[in-house]
Amino acid sequence: MTSIINPLAERQPVPLARPSFSRHLLRRPVALCAVAFLGVLVVVSVAAPLLAPYNPQSQDLTRVLTGPTGHNLLGTDTLGRDVLSRLIYGGRRSLLSIAEGLGVVLLLGVPLGLVAGYVGGWTDRLLSRLGELVMAIPAIILILVVLAVVPHNEDIAMLAFGLLGAPTIMRVVRGATLAVREEQYIKAARVSGLTHLRIVTRHVLPRVQGPVIVQASLFAAYALLFETGIAYLGLTGNAASATWGGMVAEASTVIEQQSWLLYPPGAIIALTILALGLLGSAVRDAAVMDEGGAALRTVPHTPRARTPATMGRCPDGDAPALLSVVDLEVTLSRHGGATPVVDGVSFAVRAGETVGLVGESGCGKSVTALAVLRLLPRGMQVSGGRVLWEGTDLLGLRGRDFDRLRGTAFGYVSQEPLASLDPTFTIGSQLAEVLRHHDDASRRAAKVRALELLRLVELPEPKHVASSRSYELSGGMAQRVAIALALAGRPRLLVADEPTTALDVTVQAEILALLRRLQAETGMSVLLITHNWGVVADICDRALVMYAGQVVESSPVELMFDEPLHPYTSGLMNSHPAQARGRPRLATIGGNPPSLGDWPQGCRFAPRCPYSAAKCRAGDIPPDSSRTGRMSRCVRVDEISLGGHGDRSALA
Amino acid sequence: MMLRLVARRLVLAVPLLFVVSTSTFLLVALIPGNIARTIVGAQATEQQYLSLRNSLGLELPLYTRYWHWLERALHGNLGVSLFSQQSVTSMLDSRLAPTLSLVIGATAVSALVGVALGLVGALRPGAIDWLVDVTALVGLAVPSFFLGLVLVSWTAVSLRVLPAIGYVPMGTSLSGWLKSLVLPVLTLSAGGIAVVAKQTRDAMRDVLERPFIRTLRASGLSSRSIVLKHALRCAAIPIVTVIGLVFIGVLSGAVVVESVFAFPGLGSLAVQATSESDLPLIQGIVIYFTIFVIAVNLCVDIVYGLLDPRVRAA
Repeated sequence: MTSIINPLAERQPVPLARPSFSRHLLRRPVALCAVAFLGVLVVVSVAAPLLAPYNPQSQDLTRVLTGPTGHNLLGTDTLGRDVLSRLIYGGRRSLLSIAEGLGVVLLLGVPLGLVAGYVGGWTDRLLSRLGELVMAIPAIILILVVLAVVPHNEDIAMLAFGLLGAPTIMRVVRGATLAVREEQYIKAARVSGLTHLRIVTRHVLPRVQGPVIVQASLFAAYALLFETGIAYLGLTGNAASATWGGMVAEASTVIEQQSWLLYPPGAIIALTILALGLLGSAVRDAAVMDEGGAALRTVPHTPRARTPATMGRCPDGDAPALLSVVDLEVTLSRHGGATPVVDGVSFAVRAGETVGLVGESGCGKSVTALAVLRLLPRGMQVSGGRVLWEGTDLLGLRGRDFDRLRGTAFGYVSQEPLASLDPTFTIGSQLAEVLRHHDDASRRAAKVRALELLRLVELPEPKHVASSRSYELSGGMAQRVAIALALAGRPRLLVADEPTTALDVTVQAEILALLRRLQAETGMSVLLITHNWGVVADICDRALVMYAGQVVESSPVELMFDEPLHPYTSGLMNSHPAQARGRPRLATIGGNPPSLGDWPQGCRFAPRCPYSAAKCRAGDIPPDSSRTGRMSRCVRVDEISLGGHGDRSALA
Repeated sequence: MMLRLVARRLVLAVPLLFVVSTSTFLLVALIPGNIARTIVGAQATEQQYLSLRNSLGLELPLYTRYWHWLERALHGNLGVSLFSQQSVTSMLDSRLAPTLSLVIGATAVSALVGVALGLVGALRPGAIDWLVDVTALVGLAVPSFFLGLVLVSWTAVSLRVLPAIGYVPMGTSLSGWLKSLVLPVLTLSAGGIAVVAKQTRDAMRDVLERPFIRTLRASGLSSRSIVLKHALRCAAIPIVTVIGLVFIGVLSGAVVVESVFAFPGLGSLAVQATSESDLPLIQGIVIYFTIFVIAVNLCVDIVYGLLDPRVRAA
């Protein structure tokens, strides 16, 4: 899938410890609200004696269960005590408990995680095993044991809760440390003789800060849940002291008379937990955004006006096309913008023809094929153009109608043979399922035909293969199976996306020979995506060269090798290893293809093109179809001569 | 091969049971505090205090006490409750049914509703997706004792459609049993549903992007078969893992929820034992809970084996 661009997939997590991080975080409204809420809670709890309207213990038996009044904003409880004041004082106990638990978790979990991750070896194994053991036991029940020995001692209960929570944070810190430890600058610091302690505190610790904050806020949420739980059960605190959990318990005794009493403490507990949870996920999201935001610049996509000449015309001669693609556009939507990935691609595949789609990784070859097959990955969509199958526009087809074409009109073979088979089912049952879907055959008939298909793709011992699973096959065998699967519905067009890239050279040749043979026998058309000129020379009739989302040249293969029209085609051919024979050195194209969303104005290849001139950058380059059966997207096509690459067979 | 897997997991479970029982024992012995004094209370005479110390064996050295305890535990004797003077195992066994009904029910509801919500979330991003996120947040944030009481006040007190509290044994009345389970199971499932839905959605999204799904789709199979047969089976391993964790979470939650609904189960017994400092009883409950955890982990492993042939082969 090298050319399906997923810029987020392979990025390393970016360190969180940057001065801008907290600002970045607070720019998110959710995080800001959560932090503000928690801040207010802390301030109000600390300043409880100043802020609480009443003494939380003072009873007034003439005013019990009043419900909210101007006098008691949140009403009074069963003993006529002010609910708001008790809530304010109750926060002190809960926050203190969270702090106690959090303290133990951080003081224990972070250093142990750093040691396990940084030292590794048996220390790591021992600590990890120990952590797993602790995590396997429900914490609450062990703390009940503690509370049985030291009744009503909430401080010790919370310290124990922290102790039991430490392995979780230890594991996260260990994971983050392991990743950091392998980085070059840490290795360099080690070699340069810094003490381990210094390396850990100066270099490793800042990098694990992010995950620690996430885990700490989640732990705080659980700690509050736990603290209010044991207070509710009456295992901590005493009758007089105000605790949030205890207030809910009191409310439960009068639930039939006055259910209101339930809501103030319940709501404050839920809101506090929510704020802690949201803070945690906002920290995590901020880290991801940090990483993703820079990765992909989105440009507002404005569909360009097209020249009428290219509209709807089959660009490749007059023979009736099986598949024709006209001005296809595909965009990737991320962060509210749409980045073009495929831009105005037109081509046709005639019955029985083999067309090669060539280009460097990331130029849009696979995306073009997947768009035709309606298999685009999430986030990409066709935003313009037409895809005609024997004259019918496929893009207008409803999902179910399109599904009927899958497997029968077009088959698909991917570049990852092993990953393209379901690992949980045997090859035989996968094949049989597809066969039964297409042929409506009986189980037995499908089984027989599955074996026939496996034989057709020249697999030795088809019976053995049918009873194996994907991971028991070699890459070459798996690709033969994938081809069999694609052929099950007798497709008229086979789309093969770099079918040989992942395979050994000798196996590559066998698979190509198989494809050639199958094509000759069945008369199907093949759309072959490749970056290998040898493959093009070997089996293609025509080739399309793509660059930065556009087709830059389309020619019959013979002509393309004789006289490439586009400098990019020529450059690609020159950089093919087989061309290097008898030449002083392998030529390469300088620079890299532009990344998505960074396509230059004018000719997209101009920055790397040895022939580029001022007019190349002036504006969009229209396709030039002045040569029969050929197309080139080069404004200087008549001025430059690129010379032939001669013998096609030398490549094959 | 499956048998070998089960046997191996069982062998691995022994150390866990040993470590847990030993550490609870040590916990009790090492926590500062005079346990005998706590139990007899401030008003007790010196005579009562000394006789309790004696019956708890507190004057013996730690390792002797531990050895006695272990020896008896190995024979299935977890001692005698300090208060009721009944054997701990018989007390616990009589409390099994309500707890298991509750915990298994809540895990099943979490799994079924969670997987269904998660599937819809994965296939139709948008409104349901948002719903999954919101339920996840709320389901985890609202404490179960509060949620339980709110449900009681809405359905049982106001509408009088369901019993507010209490447990009806299955043998007494099947419909009564089901009715008595509705509110507690719902209360306990809220968090579980959220966790399972989130995991299902994420795992399914991941699997649906994998190349083999593309191949199957290209080969013409119906979406139903692709999603329910191929993708769900592949995504099942992380989902099953989470369901196992939900079971353990629900088990912890039962301690609180049983008290809310006055369920005569292990959880409410644990709370009672704690407030009475009934050490043999609470130690017995720890052992039972650990056995549940081990059993669930074993089930999860067996399901792994059924789902993924590679696990069996390994």
